[in-house]
Amino acid sequence: MRFRTVFAALTLALAAASAGAKSTGYVFVSSENDNAVTVIDGRTWQVVKAIPTGKRPRDMKLSPDRTALYVIASDANRIDVIDIAQLKVSHSIPVGEDPEMFDLGADGKRLYVSHEEDAQVSVIDIATRKPAAQIEVGEEPEGVRLSPDGRRLYVTSEVANMVHVIDTASLKILANVVVANRPRRFAMTPDGGEVWVTSELGGQVTVLDGATNKVKATIAFTPKGFRADDVTPVGITMTRDGKTAFVTLGRANHVAVVDVPARKVQDYVLVGNRAWGATLNRDESLLLVANGLSDDISVVDTRTHKVLRSVAVGRVPHSVVIDD
Amino acid sequence: MQPTTLARRFFSGPFGRRLAGLFLALGVATAASAATTRIAVLEVEPDARYDETRLFFRGLAQPLGRPFAGAEVALREARFVGQAVGTEFALERVSGGDASALVAAVERLAKDGVRFFLIDAPAPVVADVSKAVRGRELLLFNVSAPDDALRQEQCQPNLLHTLPNDAMRADALAQFLVSKKWRSVLLLEGPKPEDRLLAAAFERSAKRFGLKIAERRPFVLSNDPRQRDQGNVALLTAGPDHDVVFVADSDGEFARSVPYRTVRPRPVVGSEGLVATAWHWSWERHGAPQLNARLEKQAARRMAAPDWAAWMAVKTVVEAVVRTQNAPFPALAKYIKGEDITLDGFKGSRLGFRPWDNQLRQPMLLATHNAVIERAPIAGFLHPTQNLDTLGFDRRDSRCAF
Repeated sequence: MRFRTVFAALTLALAAASAGAKSTGYVFVSSENDNAVTVIDGRTWQVVKAIPTGKRPRDMKLSPDRTALYVIASDANRIDVIDIAQLKVSHSIPVGEDPEMFDLGADGKRLYVSHEEDAQVSVIDIATRKPAAQIEVGEEPEGVRLSPDGRRLYVTSEVANMVHVIDTASLKILANVVVANRPRRFAMTPDGGEVWVTSELGGQVTVLDGATNKVKATIAFTPKGFRADDVTPVGITMTRDGKTAFVTLGRANHVAVVDVPARKVQDYVLVGNRAWGATLNRDESLLLVANGLSDDISVVDTRTHKVLRSVAVGRVPHSVVIDD
Repeated sequence: MQPTTLARRFFSGPFGRRLAGLFLALGVATAASAATTRIAVLEVEPDARYDETRLFFRGLAQPLGRPFAGAEVALREARFVGQAVGTEFALERVSGGDASALVAAVERLAKDGVRFFLIDAPAPVVADVSKAVRGRELLLFNVSAPDDALRQEQCQPNLLHTLPNDAMRADALAQFLVSKKWRSVLLLEGPKPEDRLLAAAFERSAKRFGLKIAERRPFVLSNDPRQRDQGNVALLTAGPDHDVVFVADSDGEFARSVPYRTVRPRPVVGSEGLVATAWHWSWERHGAPQLNARLEKQAARRMAAPDWAAWMAVKTVVEAVVRTQNAPFPALAKYIKGEDITLDGFKGSRLGFRPWDNQLRQPMLLATHNAVIERAPIAGFLHPTQNLDTLGFDRRDSRCAF
């Protein structure tokens, strides 16, 4: 029965995929301790392949044309580029020390990479495979996110407890906004009007006004049976209409489903151990969650808020990318 | 002889140069600007704990150098946040030969506007200094004295402790032993008063968590044949059977020779083998590798518990200044000691100070020489409100009356 639901959801998902025909239906999961990206067939949920990468693969993004998958290899100080058609690393782009997360310009020309150890964000030119610029930020930068119009870059500093707002044209810091402790990752409303930031130790999401860079609101999480200290939000993603956000609560092993305009938690979904990375499929019928300490991903039905299944992957899964 | 008080502003080394440059850029002659939050680190010189020969063998429960390095790392981390609230943070280093020299230094700096002090000294000095400055408008952070008495009878309202005390470390180890069902312990105790404190702390934990002390035996660091029964590990461990050997050795020199010299194949814990500590360089979670790398860059050595405690103390001040928008001292002090503060110790939990004795509640790492085996509180040890209070003195155990 569960299988059927998944199949139905996926069939829908695949049908919804554009006629680009590039969609492989594959789910890619980076495994920090295996130095590999696990490839799962999104129809059968069987592991198809483990693609060897540089040491400690973490954040991943598809190129706009969906032919390449960029994978950060943190301990190898590079970004591996996986050829989706061949399922192997075609080449690598060297970057600075200890890269962790990144975002990709909508034109597919530039990568914005956070460097945990150097307190820097680097701008990488994909064509030349060379760094175009470096921006000094607070210690341990983590989450990196471009505004929908590409004019602003948001970066969290886990240690300085702030969000840096950077102008992508001048590469100057426009504002440093203090938020709750250990800020991690971002989601954004479609117009860029609201920037949502998870704070792992603060146990909350801070909502920033995208225009004024001021804190508008905070959202707390109270999953049943967990103390405030166990709630450690890290991953976050939002539906394209900007109505629903999904926030992974780390040690509390739940995903919070949040009504974005109302800023109210609607539901908590039990997933695996230390849930971090969260990704929606293309038709937003499924949410895939990487559970770092149970070495699996949870497949959540976004309509019923039920976990349809969990799929064993490599050791310490970090990020999930779906090519549907 | 050294002058009794030696105030040095460290403008040497890479960090000092940066600091000096900063002051130049701002056009201020000293750190005593209104927009500067000054933090002074008080050190006793000489301090046997940092003796070259003792540092050389890198005892598992020993410092690896002066914790000042940890404070420097935290100061560097504060660059950006300082800008956000329009303040700079500055660090200065003061040393004195004894408690009275340090008290004089505190008096002088306090008159000059310094409100935050880290004290890196053995427990008797910490007790004397904190008693002498009781009631003054300042906070002292104890970063290197683990003695329980400082949190109990000798506690002071303006003395905070970022380093865990002996009871917390012993409780962490006791929880671990219970979780392994290694319930019978041979306790080896050294001759120094500090060794007795470690042994007493462990006996208290054993009682609290239901471990059995098979036997408590004194050891001496000696090859004297007349004291062979106390100096020879094989003889010391040949008595009644036990699951594990706990060595209470404050300087660690005897303890390092205990593993593999026991008669029975038994693990060694306490001051060697497996120790409970605030920090270990091999800890890899919650941003630890980055912090370890920053300290290694700063000090050209690895990071140990007192470094973490000094780093944490400076971070506490920075956090309070940022969250209160650089409020006046009474509000800052209240915020630091209050329930709302969220400190990030890179150990995965929100940290704050216990209101009954000003001890920073925190997880303990159970470490060997190159690995963290467990983090306490161990799963299953629960507390009605705050699991971190299963380590050390809970409210009902406290004999502190401010």
